[in-house]
Amino acid sequence: MRHTFRFSGTGGQGLITAGIILAEAALLDGNLAVQSQSYGPEARGGSSKAEVIISDEPIHFSRVTCPGTLLVMSQEAADKFAHDCTEESLVITDSLFVSEVNANGAKRIDLDITRTATRVCGKPLFANIVALGAVAGLTNCVSEKSLERAVLERVPKGTEDANRKALAAGFSLASEAQGKA
Amino acid sequence: MKEALVEKYFRAGHLPHLWCPGCGNGTVLGAIVTAIDNRGIDKNDVAFISGIGCSSRSSGYVDFNTANTVHGRALPIATGLKMANPKLNVIVASGDGDCSAIGGNHLIHAARRNVDLTLIVFNNSIYGMTGGQYSPLTPVGSRATTAPYLTIEPAFDILDLARAAGATFTARATSYHVPLLTSVIEKGIAHKGFSVIEAVTACPTNFGRQNKIAAPALMMAWQRDHAVMKAKWDTMTDAEREGKFPVGVLSERNDVKEYTEAYDEIIRRAQGVSA
Amino acid sequence: MADTKVMLMQGNTAVVEGAIAAGVRFYGGYPITPSTEIAEGMAKRLPMVGGKFMQTEDEIAGLGTVIGASLGGLKAMTATSGPGFSLKQEMIGLACNAEVPCVIVDVQRVGPSTGQPTSPSQGDVMQTKWGTHGDHWVIVVSPSSVPECFTLTQRAVALAETYRVPVIMLMDEIVGHMRERIEIPVSYDDVPQVNRARPTCPPEEYLAYRAGESGVPEMADFGSGYRWHVSGLVHDDTGFPKSSGKATMEAENRLRGKIMNHRDEIIQVERHMLDDAEFAIIAFGGAARTAYDAVEMARARGLKVGLLRPITIWPFATHEVRELARSVKGILVHELNCGQYVISVKAAVGGACPVDLYAKYDNESATPEEMLAEIEKAMKGDGLI
Repeated sequence: MRHTFRFSGTGGQGLITAGIILAEAALLDGNLAVQSQSYGPEARGGSSKAEVIISDEPIHFSRVTCPGTLLVMSQEAADKFAHDCTEESLVITDSLFVSEVNANGAKRIDLDITRTATRVCGKPLFANIVALGAVAGLTNCVSEKSLERAVLERVPKGTEDANRKALAAGFSLASEAQGKA
Repeated sequence: MKEALVEKYFRAGHLPHLWCPGCGNGTVLGAIVTAIDNRGIDKNDVAFISGIGCSSRSSGYVDFNTANTVHGRALPIATGLKMANPKLNVIVASGDGDCSAIGGNHLIHAARRNVDLTLIVFNNSIYGMTGGQYSPLTPVGSRATTAPYLTIEPAFDILDLARAAGATFTARATSYHVPLLTSVIEKGIAHKGFSVIEAVTACPTNFGRQNKIAAPALMMAWQRDHAVMKAKWDTMTDAEREGKFPVGVLSERNDVKEYTEAYDEIIRRAQGVSA
Repeated sequence: MADTKVMLMQGNTAVVEGAIAAGVRFYGGYPITPSTEIAEGMAKRLPMVGGKFMQTEDEIAGLGTVIGASLGGLKAMTATSGPGFSLKQEMIGLACNAEVPCVIVDVQRVGPSTGQPTSPSQGDVMQTKWGTHGDHWVIVVSPSSVPECFTLTQRAVALAETYRVPVIMLMDEIVGHMRERIEIPVSYDDVPQVNRARPTCPPEEYLAYRAGESGVPEMADFGSGYRWHVSGLVHDDTGFPKSSGKATMEAENRLRGKIMNHRDEIIQVERHMLDDAEFAIIAFGGAARTAYDAVEMARARGLKVGLLRPITIWPFATHEVRELARSVKGILVHELNCGQYVISVKAAVGGACPVDLYAKYDNESATPEEMLAEIEKAMKGDGLI
């Protein structure tokens, strides 16, 4: 078992946090995970990316080349981070921000991630957690139970309910998309 | 200085010192040791940290916990030591170049933090060890080997600088005014916080010879004639102060928390959080 | 076994936890990318265990406070990146000559100068060996994973204390910033502590730099009743300056001897798939992570490739590399710079087998595919395929 992820978007969308949560959920499942990120000014306003590898075997090389799953939450990220996708990659885009992605023939699923966060939780701030639910739902890389635990351990106190809702909404987006497919 | 003090505080076998005839450094070191003795501090509880230069060789002669470190940077080492063991009385010996040029940044930040250190600046207005180059405390218009056409750079008033940066005790005396020097050092050691004492001292070899006051006695006379006690200084007009400098305790304040004590508060906060 | 906990942790954070576990109780330093998380972590963790953290006015003062705290008897550490590491060099010299235990973490960036602060590089390899002026001996270690950041920091502290020497933890952005699974003790109370040898003789008999057979003198804390003199000048066993040529030679010989006579205890390498290997990669730190995968890919193609991963970078693993050169028919050194460590590899191999260099200096780590191509190229060049 081996899953590779690249979460990309704009600094402030919480994608690095999402990557950390996903890796923590994988550990809770008893698997191994490595997370790395673009660092510095890029993580605070420019385009930003976090990469996660989940495996049941030791992970050495820590960067993601040819991502199994690419999450894209801004057009700039789409232009910058999709170049090494292959036909086997899954590209998940946020319909609010991304129009075109040139991902070398990868399968693309366009989801209403940020609009769903605003609708369900009242704030676009929860888009990263909606995205996590969608990614997990579409890839089965981590168990729902571990992911929920990882989310709740990481988020600020008092926001647990909103985050639970956001995560569930993400899983729903995934199953709707799978239903359509 | 009393012979008993030499026996008690100086390291047998490491004298005579390397300072030139007529140099004031030995007088200043004698005043430091006398001040420590007057305070009745056990030798084991004194650390004496110096930088590099003529005056910084002082640490090798005295029987305390001593370190002759790197140029300009005795203060950070002394700060780390004080953090590790706040019970130590930490004395820092530094020259004018050591302290105000290469070590200037450390001086202002030690002052800002108000670490309980006693800094004694041996100000002989010149780099002596390297043979007479000008320092930031060399009076403008002086001759030095690196100022063959006389210096054009204004000098710092090291005590104004330290005070502005936050030093909570400043004082000045000279190698001529020995009882005063001893007394202000004693007060500086007693003060809880960052104390700076400027000890105006003579370098006949490298400052005097280049500036036509080579005779040690002449340099002592210069100190006598240009130093003015603080009380009198306060009554003088700017015109009267021209060319003179005040001696005595110039400033002391006790309203700023000492750094290592303030740090204990951080530990309490951190342990409250973790509990 | 003590209770442990499993967590996802960043390499820099694992350095902080390793230091706390090893008993480090003082940190002085200045923020610099990509090492800043170490300062931030120490600021939070040290006071929790009664230790002290200082953000100093500059990089030099950072190591200055560390040296002072170490003289006061605390295990002390700082962290930096290339520009700051350069600034610390004079203080490293003092710590070498005065034999003050301390740990300096250098999380490398691309350089020289400001370079590429957030990109991986291993360009400080030679600076860790020759950075300060004059002949001197330090110990340099380099971790390849987050768990190793935790254990190797503890080892760095132990080496510094045992040999009274600055120990440099040479890291790169890959390992410093990645997050990985780590299992660490819930409590550090039972973590074995290695402490410097302190004198037990009466104070009047104490000679600060008299060393027994180990070559390492006993060190008294300032304020403990043993009054001694620390000097950056060449000194004899009393600690006081000595200007004779004989004194210089004796001092240098002991400083070298206390490290080199213990090289077997100090030098660590990992041997991976080398038993039957015809060809070996040598790589360390973050760069070695690519090598494990490349070895596996090469093996899948029937190529007998293995990896020698130096964990101790300096002193150089001369015997280990020489022995490797006798057992394989070719070596490929991979490092994230234009070729520094390879100089010492070639010197040790001395022509016993061909040594090639895979230098990578484009802000990215090599991918396993790229390294496999380099392995095949080198093996073809050596007539092995």
